[in-house]
Amino acid sequence: MSDPHSESMSPPKAPRVGLFVTCLVDLFRPNVGFSAVELLERAGCVVEVPELQTCCGQPAYNSGDFATTQRIAKQVIDAFEGYDYVVGPSGSCLGTLREHYPNLFPIDARMENRARALAQRSYELVSFLTDVMGVTEVETQYSGRVTYHDACAGLRELGVKGQPRQLLASVAGLELQEMDDVEVCCGFGGTFCVKFPEISSRMASDKVANAQATGADTLLAGDMGCLMNMAGRLSRLGSDIKVYHVAEVLAGRTDEAPPIADGEIR
Amino acid sequence: MKATSSTFRQNSREALLDDDLQQALSKMGFLGARKRVVDALPEWEELRTTAREIKEHTLAHLDFYLEEFEKNVRANGGHVHWCSTPEDASATVLSILKEAGARKVIKGKSMAGEEVGINEALEAAAIDRLETDLGEYIIQLADEPPSHIIAPAIHKTKAQITELFHDHHQVHGKTERVTEVASIVNEAREVLRDGFLAADAGITGGNFLVAETGSVALVTNEGNGDLTSTLPRVHIVTAGIEKVVPTLDDLSVYLRLLARSATGQEMSVYTTLTTGPRRAVDLDGAAEFHVVLIDNGRSQWLGNEFHEMLRCIRCGACLNHCPVWNSVGGHAYGWVYSGPMGSVLTPLMIGLEEAGQLPNACTMNGRCQSVCPMSIPLPSLMRRLRFRQHDQGLSGLGTRIALAVWGFMATQPRCYRLVTRVGIGLLGLLSGTRGRFRRLLFAEAWTEERDFPAPAGETFMGAWKKAARGRK
Repeated sequence: MSDPHSESMSPPKAPRVGLFVTCLVDLFRPNVGFSAVELLERAGCVVEVPELQTCCGQPAYNSGDFATTQRIAKQVIDAFEGYDYVVGPSGSCLGTLREHYPNLFPIDARMENRARALAQRSYELVSFLTDVMGVTEVETQYSGRVTYHDACAGLRELGVKGQPRQLLASVAGLELQEMDDVEVCCGFGGTFCVKFPEISSRMASDKVANAQATGADTLLAGDMGCLMNMAGRLSRLGSDIKVYHVAEVLAGRTDEAPPIADGEIR
Repeated sequence: MKATSSTFRQNSREALLDDDLQQALSKMGFLGARKRVVDALPEWEELRTTAREIKEHTLAHLDFYLEEFEKNVRANGGHVHWCSTPEDASATVLSILKEAGARKVIKGKSMAGEEVGINEALEAAAIDRLETDLGEYIIQLADEPPSHIIAPAIHKTKAQITELFHDHHQVHGKTERVTEVASIVNEAREVLRDGFLAADAGITGGNFLVAETGSVALVTNEGNGDLTSTLPRVHIVTAGIEKVVPTLDDLSVYLRLLARSATGQEMSVYTTLTTGPRRAVDLDGAAEFHVVLIDNGRSQWLGNEFHEMLRCIRCGACLNHCPVWNSVGGHAYGWVYSGPMGSVLTPLMIGLEEAGQLPNACTMNGRCQSVCPMSIPLPSLMRRLRFRQHDQGLSGLGTRIALAVWGFMATQPRCYRLVTRVGIGLLGLLSGTRGRFRRLLFAEAWTEERDFPAPAGETFMGAWKKAARGRK
């Protein structure tokens, strides 16, 4: 969990941030990546996107393939060497970098040290903005009643809870409504959603029912896996709730792309 | 107990369609109750830390504390039996009963007993068995295994219990259907009372074994533990070796955590310490006291990558907070232990070949770990089982191939860029302006009940590179 007190040295004037895009954002929703860049630049960061990145390695890690996980982790460690911070729009990916990478090299002390050094510089996007860069508000507007889902890894591995709500509260025209069971898993769980699709769909149905019960017209979260799962279920149910990544609303870029699983910009 | 863990997915499909089960699950109130009592206790986190430290110390000296326990049990006139395997444990229980000439047995709830198949052994030896824990009694009538380690009949609706009692209690002279909880409990008490008095032996579990005094601590809400251990002339305790705690002071830490974590009570209604058979000065108590210590693989986890599982105090909080467990109930897991703790214990005890689906039926959401009073890193333990599965070649061939291909691509970024640019471009084209797929090749598992969100058609890395060229 990011500890503001460990940042007692205030960040360098214009910190160099390596953007960890995440595979789902890269493949399915570039607008989230551009939103992240915009938010980071507005906060005063210099953002670069290392080319030699593909994925954090979670699919291999959670499927039991330790060796492949190590190879991918090494690639990430190499690609992001030298940045002041590594930041990305996903609690689960950055949680993997922060909490799990240090455990990936039990017999290689050198790699373990490098993994630890990377982990200490790695942050989920929204909590980085508030906890490290000291951002307290955003100057955007969004008309709508919003409900926010707490993605599990971000919540429990990284302590992301109040930060997105704090920034959303500053968006002009946005009304935030909490749903019941907001901290209960949406049922995505990586490969779980296709290995145990019936259970996954049940969990997704429960989650979207709670979202709908708030009367919200917009559902947000900080993780693409959750968002695609929830949006997919909502779409199948014929709901017209708009689903975005929280970064897109905070950056004011909801006019750049249709909502997730939707065909038209709304 | 015959395991059906290998058909977990099929079991779970049936469970999702079982209206009675879904109704029963929706009525569980453990979450709210636990939150209230935990929030009301300022020293909760301190207790958790202390409990973990005591347990780790105990495990580091498990042999010493088990021998202390045995020494003190024997000093009080009791017996301790060390059983490595389930067969040893069952055989030992049967031989104790045989020596004592016991033909009628009453039982309190014992998950360790279920684990080693005590009920099956009693049946095979034609020994009469009566369950005294209300939940265990209900499932005995229904001839079903327990579905929750604390509340074995949680899967039953009140209506189902009414019918069960009506069907089985006619022979006891009960002709009216009982529909209210209080009357159901009362009827059970009346029916069980004769059984208590007629039994030759009582078999209970042991929530904790106190080394300092040679005592067994038992917690119940019905008092059936007391009656089962004091009325018959023989009392047998079946318990896992990891249940030992050094002193009575240490015990108090666990008692403060257990009921709060399990049912949201500050203490269970009855907490009983049994220290040996009755002495001349005692008004009641069994004449013979036996503790059957069960290993069944536990000693092998000491110091290995599953060591933390030995801290489990069998509270059931992880089950209660698991969204998967809450969707399908305990029977889907196919064996004695279900939910997160069951997904670790079952493969360890009955093998990954049989129970391999269980550690995979987890989203790694981490809620179990956050409510575990013993700070057991359950998702990590399940992941370590997945590592074992992978190393042992137990994952399906399709999965291994897909993983190998993806793994290769993910470590070849330039190749990855090319393939994904083409693939995503194609998917984007195929989806047209709809933004989603109702059906998608290879994604049937997803699209059964969800639409698949279509990609934008361009990858971020592709668009970024283009924009960068534009900026130059």
